[in-house]
Amino acid sequence: MSHDETPFDPYAKLVRMANQIGTFFESKPHDEGVAGVAEHINKFWEPRMRRHLFEVVDAGGGDLKPIVLEAAGTIRRPAPEERKAG
Amino acid sequence: MGLVHEIDYGTPASRAEKQITLTVDGFEVTVPEGTSIMRASMDAGIAIPKLCATDMVDAFGSCRLCLVEIEGRNGTPSSCTTPVAEGMVVHTQTGRLKDIRRGVMELYISDHPLDCLTCAANGDCELQDMAGAVGLRDVRYGYDGDNHVFAKSWGALSDGTANMRWMPKDESNPYFTYDPSKCIVCSRCVRACEEVQGTFALTIEGRGFGSRVSPGMHQDFLSSECVSCGACVQACPTATLTEKSVIEIGQPERSVVTTCAYCGVGCSFKAEMRGDELVRMVPYKDGKANRGHSCVKGRFAYGYATHKERILNPMVREKITDPWREVTWEEAFAHIAGEFRRIQYQYGRGAIGGITSSRCTNEETYLVQKLIRQGFGNNNVDTCARVCHSPTGYGLGQTYGTSAGTQDFDSVEHSDVVMVIGANPAAGHPVFASRMKKRLRQGAKLIVIDPRRTETVKSPHVEASYHLPLKPGTNVAIVTAMAHVIVTEGLFDEAFIRERCDWSEFEDYAEFVSDKAYSPEAVEAFTGVEAETIRGAARLYATGGNGAIYYGLGVTEHSQGSTTVMGIANLAMLTGNIGRPGVGVNPLRGQNNVQGSCDMGSFPHELPGYRHVSGDAVRDIYEALWGVKIDTEPGLRIPNMLDAAVEGTFRGIYIQGEDILQSDPDTKHVSAGLAAMECVVVHDLFLNETARYAHVFLPGSTFLEKDGTFTNAERRINRVRKVMAPKNGLADWEVTQRLAQAMGLNWAYDHPSQIMDEIAQTTPSFANVCYDYLERMGSVQWPCNDKAPAGTPIMHVDGFVRGKGKFIRTEYVATDEKTGPRFPLLLTTGRILSQYNVGAQTRRTPNVIWHDEDVLEIHPHDAEQRGVRDGDWVRLTSRSGETTLRATITDKVAPGVVYTTFHHPDTQANVITTDYSDWATNCPEYKVTAVQVGPSNGPSRWQEEYEDLSRKSRRIEGHMEAAE
Repeated sequence: MSHDETPFDPYAKLVRMANQIGTFFESKPHDEGVAGVAEHINKFWEPRMRRHLFEVVDAGGGDLKPIVLEAAGTIRRPAPEERKAG
Repeated sequence: MGLVHEIDYGTPASRAEKQITLTVDGFEVTVPEGTSIMRASMDAGIAIPKLCATDMVDAFGSCRLCLVEIEGRNGTPSSCTTPVAEGMVVHTQTGRLKDIRRGVMELYISDHPLDCLTCAANGDCELQDMAGAVGLRDVRYGYDGDNHVFAKSWGALSDGTANMRWMPKDESNPYFTYDPSKCIVCSRCVRACEEVQGTFALTIEGRGFGSRVSPGMHQDFLSSECVSCGACVQACPTATLTEKSVIEIGQPERSVVTTCAYCGVGCSFKAEMRGDELVRMVPYKDGKANRGHSCVKGRFAYGYATHKERILNPMVREKITDPWREVTWEEAFAHIAGEFRRIQYQYGRGAIGGITSSRCTNEETYLVQKLIRQGFGNNNVDTCARVCHSPTGYGLGQTYGTSAGTQDFDSVEHSDVVMVIGANPAAGHPVFASRMKKRLRQGAKLIVIDPRRTETVKSPHVEASYHLPLKPGTNVAIVTAMAHVIVTEGLFDEAFIRERCDWSEFEDYAEFVSDKAYSPEAVEAFTGVEAETIRGAARLYATGGNGAIYYGLGVTEHSQGSTTVMGIANLAMLTGNIGRPGVGVNPLRGQNNVQGSCDMGSFPHELPGYRHVSGDAVRDIYEALWGVKIDTEPGLRIPNMLDAAVEGTFRGIYIQGEDILQSDPDTKHVSAGLAAMECVVVHDLFLNETARYAHVFLPGSTFLEKDGTFTNAERRINRVRKVMAPKNGLADWEVTQRLAQAMGLNWAYDHPSQIMDEIAQTTPSFANVCYDYLERMGSVQWPCNDKAPAGTPIMHVDGFVRGKGKFIRTEYVATDEKTGPRFPLLLTTGRILSQYNVGAQTRRTPNVIWHDEDVLEIHPHDAEQRGVRDGDWVRLTSRSGETTLRATITDKVAPGVVYTTFHHPDTQANVITTDYSDWATNCPEYKVTAVQVGPSNGPSRWQEEYEDLSRKSRRIEGHMEAAE
């Protein structure tokens, strides 16, 4: 049965999402595909999501697809967290 | 005020171009060829008496009241069935005609009760009107003989025995009654059911004097095939078919034209009122989306507006385990403003956000996103479209340059091939379905791509030439295989592609789809659709004339939703089916204003008019007007908000008219997100499911209680008009404005028209839209600006919005949601005619008589393997959760596929759905979940706990516990 509650892992979810984007753009010519991944993430991912993505990238990339890692160079690094407390 | 009177021309308009001039009673009149004498006379202002004719259906010529004399012709032909001819001289009132008409009326009345004073149609009875019009003064036949009027034999010769011709009233339908004793057998109801609705539920049984209207096979209305669209009631000239509300209340005294608040078809209705009581909703003939037709929801299911569970006072509570405390509006606004500012101070500017409502008006939606962008200082705004048509926005935007559906609904009247993909208009968009079926009955061909054999696939006198019952999740493979056939068999429209699209991109795409991997024979193995069926469908779409694609959430709600939309766009470009009437790519939008909420900047990356927040020029417009800096970063989408909430960086939310706990996937994750927030504000009519996690409840107003506009699936901006004061005191736009003011914003709108003026001022595609203009035009379709002053019924007429149409490779990627030994079946979800979305409205109307619980459709083969019998409780389990519901065994679904609806909160279908989503937009993959089904004894533990918590969370201090 599925009562086993797996704790929420934001990294796993974002890696999955990034790889899904990567998969779509893999069918394009390589450079266009890499640019497409970066543009897509820049356009639609809120800074918190990109921050997590870079945490994964900076830690060696984890399960991220090569096309996503390659695109990371042109994904905007978000400004440092402005969070004050909590 | 007063009633909005619509002229009944008696017969439908002719579309012929050739004009004919004739003389009616000495007046010259010119009409299109093919027009009836009756209609031509009405054009000249002369109303010929009639009973069986009405302009919603074709002429029938049975009542013999509309007879006329024509110079040079013998006899007295019926004016409804006689077409005009050049130079014809018609007399509508002669001694001979008067005598005949009076004789005919006398016969009608001789078998009709004379209880006019106490009759529900008193004041709105065509039979009474005609008796007056022909000067009927006496009925010589008496009532002693054979009749349908009296239950027992009656009159001087009576022996008190039962009258076998008499039939009792049928009150089985919750909204209207059928009283056979008042029927004049004009057949208008039967013809409305056939011609307008296309259900063919009614017939005339018997012959001669024994003829009478019969639902189904001499059944009552409820057990017949009747779908309760109301067309028959509207068509009935007497009190035979009458709204129960009219029977209870009486005739309306004023009416206001407004727009239905249910689905994305956006039907126009006359709200007919007596005082501030709504007597009935009658479809408006001039409504350009519905052309005078309606469905059971818009026509009848408005009772939720006055339902006893509606909350009318603002409420606050510290903890979600506390009972609610009623407060003043001021207290509620001050509390929210204080909490939101505290949260932002403590956790950062981005720690709050909001959700706009796809059920509220454009003006209200605009204000919510403005509050977030101007007042919250971030872009954390999203809307229900996230979970339905966001892939449409992305896919069509990429290929055509705009997310806009390409056609108006009238366009279907010019289609030769209609391809319906992942949609069931008969249930989801019924009024459009009726218009489509009308065209199909005229000979247009139908292709349906859907895992289920839906009622759209086969209905009376309509049957799909091809039904592609694909395995859920394989849309991209099917659509690309169709492109393979079109390209490899040379069926593409080269001239169109060369002129309108980028040729090198076409060549790239053609090469991509020509790969054997996309041949129908190759995809047959995993799509489950026979190769020949795919080939046949592709050939028909490419070569059958005007090909139109209509699609729904069965396309978008997948991991590859956006890719399928691009694939569909590619098919239309390949075949040149873009830019004229009868063709196009038409997303069937779910909610009344989901199009509008998208247009109004409800997405976290876009300002109104689909302009990305990173664009300086766009931000300048709003920064100048609003006096603040607009965040250049995209905000969080609904699923991202919930993820951030679970992580602890998102703590407060303002949700207007949206029930994410019930409607969004993976309920446990949604509830975990909501539970982690410190200030959840729910603004709704009812204590919905999401309100279980709310700290503040702001009561909402219904569409009857406010002014505004809705934009339907064809981009049509329709007016919503206030017919009664808000029962909660404030219209929704006023609530948002007061909240904004409490947060320190200096908003001062006195009327929604001023909000529309601001929208027009800042959004090029709305530049010419204002309430005065809508008043004059009735409605307009955006873009509406100096380039297209009358609006834009059809997009991309002279070229694509983006310039050249862009072919994009659509590689099929199987979803990660796969069946296996634990979860061997695929669950897909959908909806049903009588219920709407999460059911918050329709469950609070008598519509529950048709659907009072969600059931699981399962194929006999799968049911037998599991020992499941029809009507058994079954447990439905996925990796996300489990629920329990009753099974219904049907071969509408293929083996391996099960199906349910999500209208009832106690079923909680979304406990089952997963957090997988579209790669581009995060639109959830509702349509594919791997599940297991097994027998069960009753509700799951989760459902019982949920039920208990629901009850507790709805307690209000000082009120008896609400009984649902």
